[in-house]
Amino acid sequence: METTAQANNNRKAQQPLPERQKRPWTARIKKDRWLYVLLLPGLLYFLVFKYLPMWGVLIAFQNFQPFLGFWESSWVGLDHFRNFFGNPDFVRLLRNTFILAVYDLVFFFPAPIIVALLLNEIRVGIFKRFVQTMVYVPHFISMVIVASMTYVFLTTQGGVLHALIQQLTGRSFNFLADPDWFRPLIILQIMWKETGWGTIIFLAALASVDVEQYEAAIVDGASRFQRLWHITLPAISGVISILLILRLGNFLDNGFEQIFLMTNSLNRSVADVFDTYVYFVGITQGAFSYSTAIGLFKSLVGIVLIFGSNWLAKRMGKEGLY
Amino acid sequence: MHSRHDTLGERLFDVANYLFLTIFACVTVLPFVYIIAGSFTTEAELAARDFFIIPRDYSLAAYQYIFSSNTIFRSIGVSIFITVTGTITNLMFTLTMAYALSRKDLLGRNTIMNLVIFSMLFSGGMIPSYLVVKELGLIDSYAAVILPGAISAFNLIVIKNFFQQLPPGLEESARIDGCTEIGVLWRIVLPLSKPVIATFGLFYAVGHWNNFFSALLYLNDHTKWPLQVVLREMVMLSQLAVGDLSNMDPNFVRPPDQAVKMAVIVVGTLPILLLYPFLQKHFAKGVLLGSIKG
Repeated sequence: METTAQANNNRKAQQPLPERQKRPWTARIKKDRWLYVLLLPGLLYFLVFKYLPMWGVLIAFQNFQPFLGFWESSWVGLDHFRNFFGNPDFVRLLRNTFILAVYDLVFFFPAPIIVALLLNEIRVGIFKRFVQTMVYVPHFISMVIVASMTYVFLTTQGGVLHALIQQLTGRSFNFLADPDWFRPLIILQIMWKETGWGTIIFLAALASVDVEQYEAAIVDGASRFQRLWHITLPAISGVISILLILRLGNFLDNGFEQIFLMTNSLNRSVADVFDTYVYFVGITQGAFSYSTAIGLFKSLVGIVLIFGSNWLAKRMGKEGLY
Repeated sequence: MHSRHDTLGERLFDVANYLFLTIFACVTVLPFVYIIAGSFTTEAELAARDFFIIPRDYSLAAYQYIFSSNTIFRSIGVSIFITVTGTITNLMFTLTMAYALSRKDLLGRNTIMNLVIFSMLFSGGMIPSYLVVKELGLIDSYAAVILPGAISAFNLIVIKNFFQQLPPGLEESARIDGCTEIGVLWRIVLPLSKPVIATFGLFYAVGHWNNFFSALLYLNDHTKWPLQVVLREMVMLSQLAVGDLSNMDPNFVRPPDQAVKMAVIVVGTLPILLLYPFLQKHFAKGVLLGSIKG
């Protein structure tokens, strides 16, 4: 009687397993030719629209003139970078970008976590589902709608929220133009729009906690707070750290569309961030090379941040992304 | 669930919790309610009253005004066109590539996967992307709005993983019956993937409907603008009156008043709100699908 192992070995000797074939690559391509046909459109897409622009960053080192094209434009090395770092705008952009990112991290990032924890404490299923259905809605509407609604509510000419606040405080706040209100508005907008939806991933993590742990804790006399601290929070710490890494990796990305829509000539001093500046200087003013240099700088910082935060997470013993 | 009585503190917490969440839910939804209510009333009532839910002076004037010329209609048509063709394009590109990459023994698979993942980390940026589209001659065409976003790398990876988890036996037996790979995809894999296709189709579709910036960037012709761009012009820039754009005389532009702005917002949000039950169901599933690592 041959053992299972021997039988398996015999079977292997008779037919090569598909995953381990050592055929020459020409044969493999021929066998899979239709797969390559299926692959082709997507591959072309990535090459043309993702990788070709990556080579386009080289124009940051040129004095790119559209009518001359890439090959005929002159090369200027690091001039644009030097100009940019010496430009007073640079400090302003860095400050605006950084402050908004910090606000986002401090105020917006914890919000879905807190709401998820609160929702988790609700025992009436209908209420919980009702709230969830309501708070997911803003996620689906466009940023244009959110910004438009903000304008309608806060305009000094008849905005209902503006009028209300004016009645309550006696002062007319020009929320939409006053630079002091720009950052709070941005954060409040994003919290309104995305907090509800952001709870999904935490609620999923919370739902996977073993009920028996809670029951054992209750038997041991643990209060709700203690159950929260010792069971619930550790359960979601993994999700939190992964999302934190992702967020840190994107630290300088400020949500272009939102900021673009809310920027106007009156709040530019605080509203301009790297991404919108690249648009204004590059597209509307046509300084292609200069703005590309700025964009390249920001992308490189972004890569450093991604790998840095990933490394940091691994150092702390949590699972990284790569 | 709790086999011992809550303390007074814990009961107070519960009350506060329910209260807070109710307020949170209301704050989320009430702005819409007000905007919808305000769109069906007169400018006078909006000026006179504070926040309300039911209008006293019911009026369709705002809607009559915005539909009195072609601008809104046309932009809705454009948005529908972009959403439909865009989503079909997305699915065609994403599903084919995801299926091909789900075959583990495909030569070059790892390299291509690394290419995809790297593209998620680093990009050429706005200007180089704009220049590529320009060099391809796509400026001012709808292709410029549809093609640059044809595949979302994230969606691609999730769908690929889904295909990988389908039972291999089905594919084998189809192959034995003489199906080519394309046949396997079309006849076996796709019918099994309907929920996934629905979910990601909706992802892409909502993205297209809400798309604003790439239309602004690539479409110079105002008649080609989708609804979101027109919406922004009307509500935020107050420059675009609802009139014939080609003959627009700046002196005759009447800045839209609040009721009109609200009506435009309602029109821009309506499809999303109508489809909301579907969206909620499929999107939540999609998020969970994507959050499973690997």
